[in-house]
Parts: sequence; C-alpha cells; structure tokens
Amino acid sequence: MIDLKNVSRVYQVGSGKVYALNKVTLHIDEGEFVSVIGPSGSGKSTLMNIIGCLDIADSGIYLLDGIPIEDYSESELAKIRKRKIGFVFQSFNLINKLTAMENVELPLIYQGVGKSERKTHVAEALERVNLTKWADHLPTELSGGQQQRVAIARAIVTRPSLILGDEPTGNLDSKTTDEIMGIFRELHDQGNTIILITHDREIAEQASRIVNIRDGKLSEVGA
Amino acid sequence: MIQSLKMALKSIAGNKFRSFLTMLGIIIGVMALVILVSLVSGATGSVTDSIAGLGSNLLTVTVSDDKGAPVTLHTLNEWMEEDGIGLIAPSGEISATARYEGNSDTVTVYGTTPAYETINGLSLLLGRFIKSSDVDNHTNVAVINETAATELIGYTDCLGEEVSIDGVKYTVVGLLEDDEDSLTAVFGRGSIVAYIPYTSLMRLSSETSSAITSFSVSAETDMATAETAMTSLLMERFDQDDDAFTISTRDELEDAMSSVTSNLTILLGSIAGISLVVGGIGIMNIMLVTVTERTREIGIRKAIGASRRVILQQFLMESVVLSMLGCLIGVFLSWAMLRIISVVVSSLSMSFSLEWNVVLIAVGFCFVIGIVFGLYPANKAAKMAPIDALHYGG
Repeated sequence: MIDLKNVSRVYQVGSGKVYALNKVTLHIDEGEFVSVIGPSGSGKSTLMNIIGCLDIADSGIYLLDGIPIEDYSESELAKIRKRKIGFVFQSFNLINKLTAMENVELPLIYQGVGKSERKTHVAEALERVNLTKWADHLPTELSGGQQQRVAIARAIVTRPSLILGDEPTGNLDSKTTDEIMGIFRELHDQGNTIILITHDREIAEQASRIVNIRDGKLSEVGA
Repeated sequence: MIQSLKMALKSIAGNKFRSFLTMLGIIIGVMALVILVSLVSGATGSVTDSIAGLGSNLLTVTVSDDKGAPVTLHTLNEWMEEDGIGLIAPSGEISATARYEGNSDTVTVYGTTPAYETINGLSLLLGRFIKSSDVDNHTNVAVINETAATELIGYTDCLGEEVSIDGVKYTVVGLLEDDEDSLTAVFGRGSIVAYIPYTSLMRLSSETSSAITSFSVSAETDMATAETAMTSLLMERFDQDDDAFTISTRDELEDAMSSVTSNLTILLGSIAGISLVVGGIGIMNIMLVTVTERTREIGIRKAIGASRRVILQQFLMESVVLSMLGCLIGVFLSWAMLRIISVVVSSLSMSFSLEWNVVLIAVGFCFVIGIVFGLYPANKAAKMAPIDALHYGG
C-alpha cells in the first residue's frame, strides 16, 4: 500500500545542500508492522513526515494506496491525512484545553461525522486503549502513558489505513513503553498497517520488519 | 460551523481576562456610537416635537430691500383684506434693559399689533393684550410674560406696575403665560419678554421705523394659499424681485433643524466609528498573539486532518465572536447608560432611548470589523506548514 521510489528531500543549509532523504525506495504491504530505526539526524522524521503527508518530497514518486501524492494541493493532502492516516507522536500532541474524549473526537469532527456516530466511535476507541474511565479528564490530569493512549485512540478512531508512530515511547518509562507497544501489537494483530519510527533497537525488534535509516539512506535488516 | 462556534467560545472562555480586555475596545466604541447618536436623536426629537407643536400655521416675512416702497402698518391692514391671508402682525424686536425698583435685567422687547396674540397663539393669564387704540396712540403699555414678572418685579400679580425699559416708563397691562412650546422657549428657556405697541417701539428704538421689516402672517384657510398670496403681493410691491424678501415657514425651520442634527449625528457617528476601528485593531493584535501561541495546536489539528479552510474558519469565528460579544455588551451598557441619563434629565422633558437603527448599524459594523481584522491572523494560522507548526517550541 505504500510505495516510495527514489524519494529525496533536500534542505538548504547555508550555501550547501543536505539530503535528509537520498533516493529512498521502500515498499510496505497492507497489514505490515514495520519499524524504521536510525539515530537522530538520520532522516527518519523526514521519512515519517513524507509518508504521513505532512511534507512533500522534492523528487521521486510516493504512491499511497496507489495514489501519487506529490501532485496534491495542501487541502487535498489534508483530506488524505484525515481519511487514511493516524498519527501518534513522541510528545503526545494532545490539545490541552480539550478532554480526552474531545481530543479523540476531533478527527471525526473534521471528517464531518454526525454526533451520535461520533459518540460510538469515540467510546469504542477509548475502550480499546482501556481509558473509558478517564474520558472526561484533561490531558494535564493524565499520566504520560495515559496521554499516549489517548493519542493512540485519536489515531485509530477514524479507522485509518495507516498508523504512524513517531517515537511513540520516547517520553515514557519502560513499564508504560511495554503497555503502549502491547497496544500497537494488538492493533497489528487486528490487521492495521503500522509504521513505527524509533532509535531504540529493542522497540524496533517488536515489529515484524525492521528498516534501517542512516544519512538519508535505507537498508533492510534481516530481509 | 456550529463546531467552530463552540471551539471559539471555548477558547474565549479559556482566557477570560484577556478576552475582556480585547473586547473593551469594541465595548467602548459601541457605547460611544450608540449613546452619542441616541442622545443627539433624543434631543432632536424633543426639539422637533416642540417645533411641530407650534403648528405650521404662520408665515414669517422678512423684508431686506423695500425698493423705496416701505411696508407700513397701513400696508399690512390693506393686505389683511386680501384673499387667502388671515391676520398680519408686525414684529419689531430689540434687546433692552428693563428696570423695576432696584432690579434690572435684559429684556427682549417686541413691538407689534393686537393681531400678534392670535397669530402666535399667546395665552393671557391676567389683563389684556395690546389694543388697536394703543397702537394708534402709541401709549406706553407693556404686556410681559410670567418669567419677566417673577424675575423683574418679584410677583405675578403685577398689573398696573410701572417698568422702565431703556429709560422709558411702561405700564404693565397684561401678563402672558410662559409658553413651554414656543420657539423662544425651545431655544432660550426662561427669557424675559415684553410686548409693546409697534408705534411705541418706533419711539423707543432708532432701529425700528414705520418701514416694517419683519412680520408674521396667518392663513385664512391653508398655508399654501397664504404663501402664494403673500408671495404675489410682495413680488408686486418689490418690482418682481424675489431677493428683496424672504418668506419662511415652520417647515423650513424644521428642515434646518434636522439638517443640523443629521450633520451632528454623522459627525459623532464617525468619531465613534473611529474608536470602533481602533477596537478592531486591538482584536487583530490579540488574534495574532493567539495564533502564535497556538502554533503547536494548529499543527496538531492539521496533522489529524484539519484543512486550511477549517483552521481559517476557526480563527475567523473566534475574532467575530469576540467582536460580536463586545458589541452585545456595549449595546447592553449603552441601554443601561441611556436609562440612567433619562432618569437624571427627566426634568428637562427629554427622553433618550436606544435607537434601534443605530444598534443595527453597530452590530453590522462590529461584524465587519471582526471579519476584516480577523482575516489576516486567521489566514496566517491557516497557511502554517503542518510540520513547522508541530515542531514549534518543542
């Protein structure tokens, strides 16, 4: 479902050019659980931004579900993000003024889903991450692990084709990390496509396939 | 739409003090607009009511150039016989000093004939008005108003008292009711007035001669006929020169009043409008701060699927809601303020109420301000690149 061919992303730094991604080619099938591992500055965040349609490649072809992305305008990209992709970020990125339930509801509002339908979807998603009891709490009243579970609920509530995790456990202790990874594995077992970006080998190894990234170049591990 | 309204209200409520300060500019602007305009139109209303209360049943003729054919008392008597014309009374007017025992005061002295009483609808409390014989014999009699009696003489039962006007003694023969609705009452409340025979005024003042320069005319049937008849008489007398005289009616006076007050309204309205614009700039300023503060939130919203349009709508809604809320508060405070003013000045028999058309203008203006000054910040928010926004400030 994801097809990257010779994708490059170049940043202008001073007078020189830095290749954050250098002719990356990657294919990910539906239902795969892939982790992308690399040290900081390796280009893994750029890769995730491009896969997540937050950023556009300078050259190369990116097909998401067979649709070429680079021709799209910003508003079309916003549509793709809201229909096909669920994000989970390292720093949770919840909106602090909204309760857990409202945070989870937000993508559905942007999709224009009706109120009663929203309620059922939100309840399902919160149930799935075991947070039903905390639905009415603000993010600031929740622990890091709970916040990240809210973020996961928000990512899965729209039933996206792809769940993208950008160091989702980077800010968590080992016990909560296990908890969150457990949820990701469960989601994978239920047939979701998951891409996890991390610099932690232990985490990466929980995925069914590991891709290495270094200096903007990809290499498969144990393929 | 409803969702973005909810979000806007939430965000405003989440920062109450700042929202209030932001709205303050709009509140003050709206209050200035609504209160000032309502005050002007309230005052105008009471003045024009007074003018209308006089009835438009008299013409005032002023002669500026008599072309060697002066209008005399005799002429006026002839003209009174003409068709369409009712009564005619000359009105010479001077300002003089009146003395009674130790008191002295400035008095407006009118020299006229008996017809004046009927034409101007004066009402006597005591005694009589000027009679034809007074005019014929230029007797020194005066009819004074209540204010003159109380201010100058000290009591109202003053018939037979002798008052000196510019050194000449006049016997008071009549007392007039202070006319609340008269034109002089409207413009100069409580002025001291004395009426004396026209011929006596000719002797008293060098400014007044047998050539009458100003007189009032009542209609036999209707004003239009009277005006036509009077015009043709005057044209005939003054060699068809319509610059030699002017005929004015109450209608013209009302027109003049309303043009003065509508100019005043526009002037005050535009000053208040400027303060509203200043309030709008305040909103824009705060919205820009808000957009910067919430850069990260904008990034999150974009990442989970908000389009540019949605973000634009959200921030635009916030500025419009801020502005409209300020407007509502401003209108409410204006209403309260006008009620208080009305109570305070109730003795002046003026009533001030909220002018609904001004309120509508204020509401419309605030809406436009909310949109115009919200557009730039909202657009700035909408155009943010999602990754830059997400990584803003950590």
